[in-house]
Amino acid sequence: MIRFRGAAVRRGERRALHPLDLAIIERRVGVVGANGSGKSTFVRLLNGLLVPSEGVVEVLGLDSAREGKALRRRVGFLFQNPDNQIVYPTVGEDVAFGLKARGLGRAEAEARVGAALGRYGLAGFEDRLVHELSGGERQMVALAGVMALDPELLVLDEPTTLLDLRNKGRVMRAVAEADCAVVMVTHDLDLLNGFDRVLVFDEGHLVADDSPHEAIGRYRSLAA
Amino acid sequence: MHRMRPGLKLVLLPVAGTAMFLSQSPIVMASALAGVVLLYLVADFSSHLAAAQLRPAFPALAILFVVQLWFAGMDVAATVALRLAALILLASLVTLTTRMSAMVDVLERVLAPLRPIGVDPAKVGLAISLAIRFIPAVAGVFAEVREAQRARGVERNLLALAVPLIVRTLKMADEVAEAIDARS
Repeated sequence: MIRFRGAAVRRGERRALHPLDLAIIERRVGVVGANGSGKSTFVRLLNGLLVPSEGVVEVLGLDSAREGKALRRRVGFLFQNPDNQIVYPTVGEDVAFGLKARGLGRAEAEARVGAALGRYGLAGFEDRLVHELSGGERQMVALAGVMALDPELLVLDEPTTLLDLRNKGRVMRAVAEADCAVVMVTHDLDLLNGFDRVLVFDEGHLVADDSPHEAIGRYRSLAA
Repeated sequence: MHRMRPGLKLVLLPVAGTAMFLSQSPIVMASALAGVVLLYLVADFSSHLAAAQLRPAFPALAILFVVQLWFAGMDVAATVALRLAALILLASLVTLTTRMSAMVDVLERVLAPLRPIGVDPAKVGLAISLAIRFIPAVAGVFAEVREAQRARGVERNLLALAVPLIVRTLKMADEVAEAIDARS
């Protein structure tokens, strides 16, 4: 599903991610590391938002550097801050944005918007103004907008950092119920219980790649 | 009003606005203003809502009235102020009874014939929606920056306010662009 072959990212003189060889077929993969460790760089390679400075990243059989647009149609991405990923003033318009960009007709888009909002506890929110929603509701709107597109892979970059305990639970329940594969960056190690595999990054290197228990143990020892 | 086609409303608005310039009578302008307020009631809005739409413009209307009164007399002052009030209320009524997405759809249809010369109606529509969406967001950033500066005892310092506001807004723009790329 995901394959890195010598993929690295350079930012000026600095290597944000050192050459990495990796293959991922697991359905639930966690990514942890200190701030600036390269984990956000790593996940941004998964949908072609970032292309490798060297090497190749292949996701779902697509080369992220050459087929980025096609890749982004199959990979959903949820960012940390919902405020910066909701682009339309109302909930319904925002969830419909990606659907319209895919060329869906109005009636079908409306049906899928309604279904997505209902699935994430936002039934009837179509005409609500985004800036009047709580942080948790906005993150659920952002998630609905991504999942309405039926991605085959869902990538989440610290999706619960800005949320309280209750809303964290809502987002994680939604992630647990997602049919697609999930790769999630998080600082909240408890959320990785039940994941199949956890990658630990440190200063642009992959320093651990193991079960959640082992990988988190390694991460804790690095952070000590 | 709510069910009227958005395209028709957007055509009638400038037509009505232009028609208001055909008369210089304060009585006709007062009637036009009353007519617009009546439209609010027909649309199931209260007269209080109509007044609320006008409230932000009161200072400007008052200044305009006084200046016109000084230079041109009561009739002209009343005509100009009443006309402007009616226009503001009419435009507000259109936005209150029309979804933003519907207005943007109309705009995209109007711009469609310009595709051969490189105009992308979808991008224009997105730009307008983004501007509307992020007005409260940028206002929120402004409030946060001002609060932070006050907490540090830095008040009335334009640079201390402007620099973090611009930096945070630019960072926000970067992240928004990334989010749009991820979904389009």
